[in-house]
Amino acid sequence: MTENLLVTLSIITLFLPVLGFAILIFFGKRFPKLYLLEVYILFIALIISIFILYSKLTYFNKDIVSSLTWFILSNSPNIGTVNIELGIKIDNITAIMLFVVNLISALVHLYSIEYMRGDKRYTRYFAYLGLFTFSMLGIVLTHNLLMMYIFWELVGLSSYLLIGFWFEKKSAADASKKAFIVNRVGDVGMFIGILILFTNYKTFTFDTIFHQISIGNLPFGSEAWLTAAGILVFMGAVGKSAQFPLHVWLPDAMEGPTPVSALIHAATMVAAGVYLVTRIFVMLTADAMLVIAIIGAVTSFVAATIAITQNDIKKVLAYSTVSQLGYMIMSLGVGAYVFAFFHLVTHAFFKACLFLGSGSVIHSMHHEQDIRNMGGLRKKMPVTYITFLISTLAISGIPLTSGFLSKDGILAGTLAFGKLTGHWLIPTIGFTVAALTAFYMFRLLILTFHGEPRDHHKFEHAHESPLVMIAPLIILATLSIFIFYTPNPLSPDDGWFLKNWVKTPEQVTPVTTRFDFLKPSSNNENIHEEIIHSELYTETLHWAHYPAMMLSITVAGLGILFAFMFYQWKKINVDKLTEKIKPLYNFSLNKWYVDELYDATAVGQTLNFSNVLAWFDNNIIDGIVNGSAWITKSFSKLSGLFDTYVVDGLVNFSAFFSGFVGFSLKKLQTGKVQTYVVFVVFSVIILLLIFKPF
Amino acid sequence: MTINVGLTHFLIISAILFSLGIYGIITRKNAVMVLMGIELILNSANINFVAFARYGNFGFSGQVIALFVIILAAAEAAIALAIVLNIYKTFSNVNVDEIDKLKE
Repeated sequence: MTENLLVTLSIITLFLPVLGFAILIFFGKRFPKLYLLEVYILFIALIISIFILYSKLTYFNKDIVSSLTWFILSNSPNIGTVNIELGIKIDNITAIMLFVVNLISALVHLYSIEYMRGDKRYTRYFAYLGLFTFSMLGIVLTHNLLMMYIFWELVGLSSYLLIGFWFEKKSAADASKKAFIVNRVGDVGMFIGILILFTNYKTFTFDTIFHQISIGNLPFGSEAWLTAAGILVFMGAVGKSAQFPLHVWLPDAMEGPTPVSALIHAATMVAAGVYLVTRIFVMLTADAMLVIAIIGAVTSFVAATIAITQNDIKKVLAYSTVSQLGYMIMSLGVGAYVFAFFHLVTHAFFKACLFLGSGSVIHSMHHEQDIRNMGGLRKKMPVTYITFLISTLAISGIPLTSGFLSKDGILAGTLAFGKLTGHWLIPTIGFTVAALTAFYMFRLLILTFHGEPRDHHKFEHAHESPLVMIAPLIILATLSIFIFYTPNPLSPDDGWFLKNWVKTPEQVTPVTTRFDFLKPSSNNENIHEEIIHSELYTETLHWAHYPAMMLSITVAGLGILFAFMFYQWKKINVDKLTEKIKPLYNFSLNKWYVDELYDATAVGQTLNFSNVLAWFDNNIIDGIVNGSAWITKSFSKLSGLFDTYVVDGLVNFSAFFSGFVGFSLKKLQTGKVQTYVVFVVFSVIILLLIFKPF
Repeated sequence: MTINVGLTHFLIISAILFSLGIYGIITRKNAVMVLMGIELILNSANINFVAFARYGNFGFSGQVIALFVIILAAAEAAIALAIVLNIYKTFSNVNVDEIDKLKE
């Protein structure tokens, strides 16, 4: 067992899916059975990644880094000679993410065999999934920002291809364009951030950059630039992880096939933003972290309030995804690094399960997505129901589930943050969102599976999905149970996940720019493990643990209780209540009018500007072009006239003249010998008269 | 009255004969008559040759040439009549004004 073996294996896992992609793209049409190859490949990759995870966690304490020089920029102006490196870095986070991505991807492949059966671009679908898996693994494995950015755009591309997979539908085509363009907005920021770092450190490699910062070499020598770089790189995450101002694309992305929503727009790709922030976490200053925390909090709140009123099963899940991603981002912002990553993993499992469950429902209801037409499906689809229930409990943060552990950790982190810095708004939002999440998830569950069927015709035809669709649900639901992460269902702290696997890395930013609680402890006597936080923080986190747990259970319970009162027992009439708070209801139903706002401002202004440009093009540029064409044409006409009348006239005239002369003279040639004789005689006489020889 | 016959008289005779030949060539329709006109012209030339030989100091050259012309005229008449015969075969007549194929 050497490091090289792990590196080789991880490179193999990285390239296996793209191999499948290439084969399927080129030969998929001719050999439709090849899609099975991609499924097999993913399961092989999964086995390899399990092996990598196991050996990394068991045998290697240190990070494994392997890199090679891609190319050398020599003597580039203002920079000098720069080595651009390709490389991979396997730390515990990478190994865990590798496993999560491969597992969910493999399960989604399996699930898609049945879900997508009969689609006319069946093999191409699997090819795209392979491309996506490749790009996502690239993001996970890379050790530098440049490769990160490349793979970042590749996942954007595959997301675009898969959202617009049914591009015949206008809404799907529009959604894919929207996702792509909105993501570009974030990526521009990320790109500028990367360039700031590159200009200063002449490298893209994370560890080198962090080392430079830790020895006090700040970008352009100022802390403000460091903050700016952090926030700008974070902008990439804002786009990809659908954070507040740029969250609009994710709900629309639900136009893609449901397994894609599960894989890309719930479990893995959108988590790439969170993963990016965990990667750059150590270089974030206090200001940058505060910005990140606020954006995360706002996102989770906005999305949760919208999710309450949505009626499309996938839209509810989409907004809950946005909300949970906001949670993770907020958690990173408040310094609860491990819980953010923990939540990323647990969320990936239960959200993938929820989406695949919703896919199972949609599949059996013949592409009905409106929960108002569902109901009572519990009896028809028991397995889907139970797995959906477990995941819903997990996302609501009910004890004994993985979601409870990670969510509780995040809430404790925000609470500690509130106490230490006085930003009480963030924990408040955190707990409010916890209540809202429990409420809307149970609303979804009750409306879909409980009560009486509201569309009897579709209900009659509903049936439990086949095994290949149910098996992934069961696996993912099982992974949503606490036992995989910790033996103690109430506290994640003793579990192997947090205790041994994932640790908060030490900040590399100058001490003065950190939050007080992230400063290393000055008291070195009581070190029991690596001290990276102040004692105060550890104490506060302990203090926050029980209140946070109690509060989160209470608010989640309240949310569930209200959901049952509204929708199951009908103690409170929902319609009357919505009548009473009509403006608020509409505000939420219309997604805070963010799309309309963008249409009116950014999109509208862009369109207006484009129209102005189009007018300029149509009238001025085309005018000039047409004008020059007109001038050329007129000139040609003139010279044409000259040709026709003057040149041709001369030619014709000479022809006519010769013709005339010939016509006149031809009368002389009669063919009669006697006439010629007369001519001869008279000519001789005339010649004699002229020359007068006598 | 005696007329002193000199060169001038011969030349006048010759000129008259020449003119008659031209006249015959031009006016006659029949190719045979045209040939006869040509004979007249040849003979007018002969008269000239002989007259000049008689009154000039050229020895017998004029007479010899006249003899040549007579032979030539005989040959010419033979060939010309053969041509006329062919013309007659082709056009079924020997009227020169109707035989104007040359202009084509």
